[in-house]
Amino acid sequence: MTGNDNNRAYWKKNLQYLGILLAVWFIVSYGCAILFVDFLDKIKIGGFGLGFWFAQQGSIYIFVALIFIYVFLMNRLDKHHSTSNREEEE
Amino acid sequence: MSVQAWTFVMVGISFALYIGVAIWSRASSTGEFYIAGAGVPPVVNGMATAADWMSAASFISMAGLISFMGRDGSVYLMGWTGGYVLLALLLAPYLRKFGKYTVPDFVGDRYYSRTARIVAVICAIFVSFTYVAGQMRGVGIVFSRFLNVDITLGVVIGMGIVFFYAVLGGMKGITYTQVAQYCVLIFAYLVPAIFISLLMTGNIIPQLGFGGELADGSGEFLLDKLNGLSQELGFDAYTDGRKATIDVFFITAALMLGTAGLPHVIVRFYTVPRVSAARSSAGWALLFIAILYTTAPAVAAFARTNLLNTVSDTEYTEVPGWFKNWETTGLIKFDDKNGDGNIQYRGAHSQVENELTIDRDIMVLANPEIAKLPNWVVGLVAAGGLAAALSTAAGLLLVISTSIAHDLLKRELVQDISERGELIAARIAAGVAVCIAGYFGIDPPGFVGQVVAFAFGLAAASFFPAIIMGIFWKRMNNIGAVSGMIVGISFTAGYIIFFKFITPELNVPAHWLFGISPEGIGTLGMVLNFLVSVPVSLLTAPPPPNVQELVDNIRSPQDAGPPHELSV
Repeated sequence: MTGNDNNRAYWKKNLQYLGILLAVWFIVSYGCAILFVDFLDKIKIGGFGLGFWFAQQGSIYIFVALIFIYVFLMNRLDKHHSTSNREEEE
Repeated sequence: MSVQAWTFVMVGISFALYIGVAIWSRASSTGEFYIAGAGVPPVVNGMATAADWMSAASFISMAGLISFMGRDGSVYLMGWTGGYVLLALLLAPYLRKFGKYTVPDFVGDRYYSRTARIVAVICAIFVSFTYVAGQMRGVGIVFSRFLNVDITLGVVIGMGIVFFYAVLGGMKGITYTQVAQYCVLIFAYLVPAIFISLLMTGNIIPQLGFGGELADGSGEFLLDKLNGLSQELGFDAYTDGRKATIDVFFITAALMLGTAGLPHVIVRFYTVPRVSAARSSAGWALLFIAILYTTAPAVAAFARTNLLNTVSDTEYTEVPGWFKNWETTGLIKFDDKNGDGNIQYRGAHSQVENELTIDRDIMVLANPEIAKLPNWVVGLVAAGGLAAALSTAAGLLLVISTSIAHDLLKRELVQDISERGELIAARIAAGVAVCIAGYFGIDPPGFVGQVVAFAFGLAAASFFPAIIMGIFWKRMNNIGAVSGMIVGISFTAGYIIFFKFITPELNVPAHWLFGISPEGIGTLGMVLNFLVSVPVSLLTAPPPPNVQELVDNIRSPQDAGPPHELSV
C-alpha cells in the first residue's frame, strides 16, 4: 500500500465514523428532543416524560459520550495507520 | 455572619487565588501569549475551555430563563452543548493540525485571500466585543447586589482584575486562571443545587431529584406538582412546549453551529500539544460543561416551584427578606392592581390580573435565599457568578488582542514587526479592549443583550460553512467562500435588524419567514451560505495545488509540529 492509498483509506474510515456518530447526534437532539418530543412524552420514567428528559438531560449525556467514542475510534485508527506507514518504510 | 460579609470573604479569597495563579504562570513569548506555547494537557485545557465558554449568561441567566420557558429552555441546553460534538468531530483536530494561531489565519490561508482574512478578523472582533460587554455587565450586577458597591465601581474592579491577568499572562495565564475559576464556579453552582434537591426531594443528585418524588410525603412527582401549580395560576404546564417545533429546531441549530464557529472557543484547541489531544480536550470541555448544564434544568424546576409556592397569594407585608432586597434593585416589581394587599402572580390564561414582574436574571442569585440556605452559600454563588463572568471576559479579550496584534498588525500592516514589538502590541490591545468593554459594561447600549444572542446566528451563517467546507471539500475556492459568507451574514443580519431594530412591532410568529424567529434565522443563513458557495465554487477556477496540498495535509493524521512560525 502506498502512502497515498493509506491516507485515502484513513480518510474514508474517518468519514464513516463521522457519518454514524453525527447521525446519532442528530437523532437524539433534533429527533427525540424536538420532532418526536410529544410522542415520547407519553412514556414516563419516574417524574420525567421521555421526550422532556431527552430535551433537558439525555441529549447532553449522549453528546459527551459521542465525543469520547470518537476519540477512542480515532486513536485506534491513528495507531493502525502509523503502523502500516512504518511497515511501508521498512 | 451576614450575607454581605460572607460575600466579601468568598469573593476576596477567589480573587486572591486568581492573582496568585496569574503571577505564577505569566507569558514570556508570543507563542505563550497567544496559545500558551501549545503545551496545555487536554484535561486542563478542557476545564479552561469550560470556564471560558460558561459565561455570566450560563451561570446567572440560563436557569432563570429555563424556569420561565419550561421545556422550551432545551434550546439553550442542547444548543450550547451540542456544538461541541461538531467542534470535536469536524473542526478542532483539523485546525490544530493546521497549526496557526487564529481563525482568520485559517480562513486567510485556505482561501488564499486577504479579503477573506479581513472579513474574518472583523467578524471575530465584532462578536467578541458584544460578548465581553455582557460579561462586564454581569460583574456589575453581582457587585451592586451583594456588596452594595456602585455598579460603576464594581465594573472598574472587575476590569482591574481581568486587565491584570489577561495582559500579564496572555493565554498561558488565562488558561491556568480559568482552571481555578472553573473550580470556583462549578462548586458555587452545585452546592446550592444539592442543598435544594435534598430539601425538596430528598435526593442528593439534582439531576435525579428533578425527576423524583417530593420529600413532603405526598408521593407526588416534583414535575407533576410544578405542572399543577403552573396551570392553577394560569401559566402553561411546565413540561409542555410553547414555541413552534420549527422554531425550536432552528434556534437549537443556530446556537449549536454558532458555538462551533465562535473564535474564542476555537482558539482553545490550538493550545494543546497534539491532534489527538485536540479531540479529547473537546470531550473533557463538554464533560465539564455538562456538569453545569444538566444541573441547570433541575435548578430551574426547583426555583420555579419554590417561587410559585412562596410568593403567590402571599400578603405583601409578609414577604421574605430576599423579595424586598431584589425589589430595591428594581428587578422585582409588584403593583397591587386590585388593592387587596396580596401578591397575585398569574399567567396569561388566568382571569385574575398579574401583579408581579420578576426579572429572569435573578433566579439563580436569589435561589439560595428563596430556599433559605445559609448565608455562606449566598456568598459562594456571588463568587461563582464573578468567576463565570471574568473567565469568559478574559478569553474574549485575548481574541480581540490577538486579532489586532497578530491578524491585523503582523499579517497586514507592519509585517516586519519584531516578536517583542508584537507582544507589546498584543498587551496594549488587550488593555484598550478592557477599557472599551468596561465602558460598555457601565453604560450599556440597550441592545447589548440582544446582540449577544445574535452573535451565534452570525457566526453560524458566516464562519461555520467556510471552515467546514475548507476542510471537507477541496474544490471550495476563494470566490465561493467569500460570496457564501457575504450572503449568509447579510441575510442573517438583515433579518435580525429588520425585526429587532427597524420594525420590532412586527416581531411576532405570524410575520416570520416560515415561522422562524430572528434567534433561529442564522440556521437558514447558513443553508443559504452553502447554497451560494457550492455552485459559485464549481463555476469558478479550482483552488491552486498548494492549497489542495494544505487540505490533504490537515486531513492526514501525522502529528502536527509545534504551531510556532515565530521564533521565540
